[in-house]
Amino acid sequence: MTADTADTAVPGRRPSRAGSTALSRTAVALKYLSLLLASAVVLVPLGVVLLTSLKTQTELADEGPLSLPDNWFHFANYTTAFEQGAMLGAFGNTTLILVVSTTGTVLIGSMTAYAVDRFQFRLKKLVMGLFLLAALVPGVTTQVATFQVIDGLGAFNTRWAPILLYTGTDIVSIYIFLQFIRSIPVSLDEAARIDGANSWTIYRKIIFPMLRPAIATVVIVKGIAIYNDFYVPFLYMPDPELGTISTALFRFKGPFGAHWETISAGTILVIVPTLVVFLAL
Amino acid sequence: MTAVQKTRAEASAVGRRGAPPPGPAGGRPRPGRRRRTAALTPWLFLAVPLTLLLVFTYLPVADMVGYSFTDWDGTSPERSLVGGENYTDLVTRPQLFEVFLVSGFYLAASFVQIAVALYFATVLSFNTRFRNVFKGLLFFPYLVNGVAVGFVFLYFFQPDGTLDTLLRLVGVDGRHLWLGDPDLANPSLAGVSVWRFTGLNMVLFLGAIQSIPPHLYEAAQLDGANRWQQFRHIIAPGIKPVISLSFILAVSGSLAVFEIPYIMTGGANGTETFVIQTVKLAFQFDKVGLASASAVVLLVLILLITWVQRRLIPEERVELS
Repeated sequence: MTADTADTAVPGRRPSRAGSTALSRTAVALKYLSLLLASAVVLVPLGVVLLTSLKTQTELADEGPLSLPDNWFHFANYTTAFEQGAMLGAFGNTTLILVVSTTGTVLIGSMTAYAVDRFQFRLKKLVMGLFLLAALVPGVTTQVATFQVIDGLGAFNTRWAPILLYTGTDIVSIYIFLQFIRSIPVSLDEAARIDGANSWTIYRKIIFPMLRPAIATVVIVKGIAIYNDFYVPFLYMPDPELGTISTALFRFKGPFGAHWETISAGTILVIVPTLVVFLAL
Repeated sequence: MTAVQKTRAEASAVGRRGAPPPGPAGGRPRPGRRRRTAALTPWLFLAVPLTLLLVFTYLPVADMVGYSFTDWDGTSPERSLVGGENYTDLVTRPQLFEVFLVSGFYLAASFVQIAVALYFATVLSFNTRFRNVFKGLLFFPYLVNGVAVGFVFLYFFQPDGTLDTLLRLVGVDGRHLWLGDPDLANPSLAGVSVWRFTGLNMVLFLGAIQSIPPHLYEAAQLDGANRWQQFRHIIAPGIKPVISLSFILAVSGSLAVFEIPYIMTGGANGTETFVIQTVKLAFQFDKVGLASASAVVLLVLILLITWVQRRLIPEERVELS
């Protein structure tokens, strides 16, 4: 803990030689230097995009990328991005898909966990095995055939495609629920059963409310994953009307080609909700 | 429901004997029915999840294996069996080798990523000022939308853009085609992947480090161990399962890279990855058969890697949350 004693500066706690304190001071300096450097690596690319989003087109052409914008409240690019980039519809679509899929995931995950953890039945091992094996199959690899299934269901180019895929292929949240449900005492179920509750009532009135911390985890993890997903909406909803945050932003590439001020504004618009959620949690 | 199974076994045994005992069996029909509904209950809860699982995970896998032996184009009603032709075609394609070479860049990058993440996780697990600020900052890139990350770095890598300007400040002149030059494109893209995922690795390592009992450090301090020795002999062995899990995930992850190169270069300039190639084969060139074969190969590779991982790290639970 040489670095720490230097850090908190407790003289005399450790009879260290002058040489070793100098060494530990350098170590501390290097530690903070590396942390600051890493922070810069994270922040500079994002910061530059923020600066660019506040610049006018002529500013962008005349000055380097690191120069500061003349007017810090130049929001015209944001209006352009929001209106021409169909961002309002995209936020609406993403919100709708996110709410429905997250609700579905929570219901399905908790029901599966309840059935598997609280009942003894034949083929239970098989069912568990099926879920376990599915967790190993990476979704990316099967898209070629999943596409045909979605198409066969008539869900292609509708909001149902991502909703079905997000709800139906999420094994991780089932695991989160399964882990958590084990810590809920079975005596609660038994007490309720003695009072005449059936399984559905036990699930709805006891298990589901007790799972609240797990539900919060799943909602956050799932929500971020859906908000950021590009692959599924890109593949299954090519209709521009059905753009989500990711696909709407991706379509900036064509019409706004070299208009980096507009693309930057769109990018910042997409990042801001994430930042707000991140800071709130 | 062992009780149900037992009654059923008894009933069938009785049935086989041919003589139904009149008294007890006929005397309690209601508990029997209730038990049958009780046996049905878990299936009622599992009906929807299992249907979704079968339709969206197992059916596609089965279909995909089926398609991989045909020459189907994805739309026409006709398809004919071609046997293993798609697989031989796949193995003999010269592009295949290139695609795996590209994965090599991402694999190398993820080793860098693990090393960097390990360093910062260790540093941040000890007393450090503004620890939570740094933790949050380094983790934030992982939460940013993939398309946004792509655009941020498309701008960052522009010729005469941010990176060139920064390099000029430290005396490296020149206008680099970071994404246009085939020699630079893959390292640049792999760098973006490091930027994006280091935070996640760091948080995983931090979680594992925090589960190491603190008295071990105190004992080590009393014995005069310095920071490096503490890391080498306490932290590294303590979080070994998470580190090896990260390496395995790095291998399968570098095979399945898609988003960043697809958004940033579309696979041009020698940046095409295995998944980009598969998606292009299936949805642009309508070669569903060949694409399926390629996806089957990827699936088998990833399952194989996971299997090796299970063999290497048996029964050591790793908490990911």
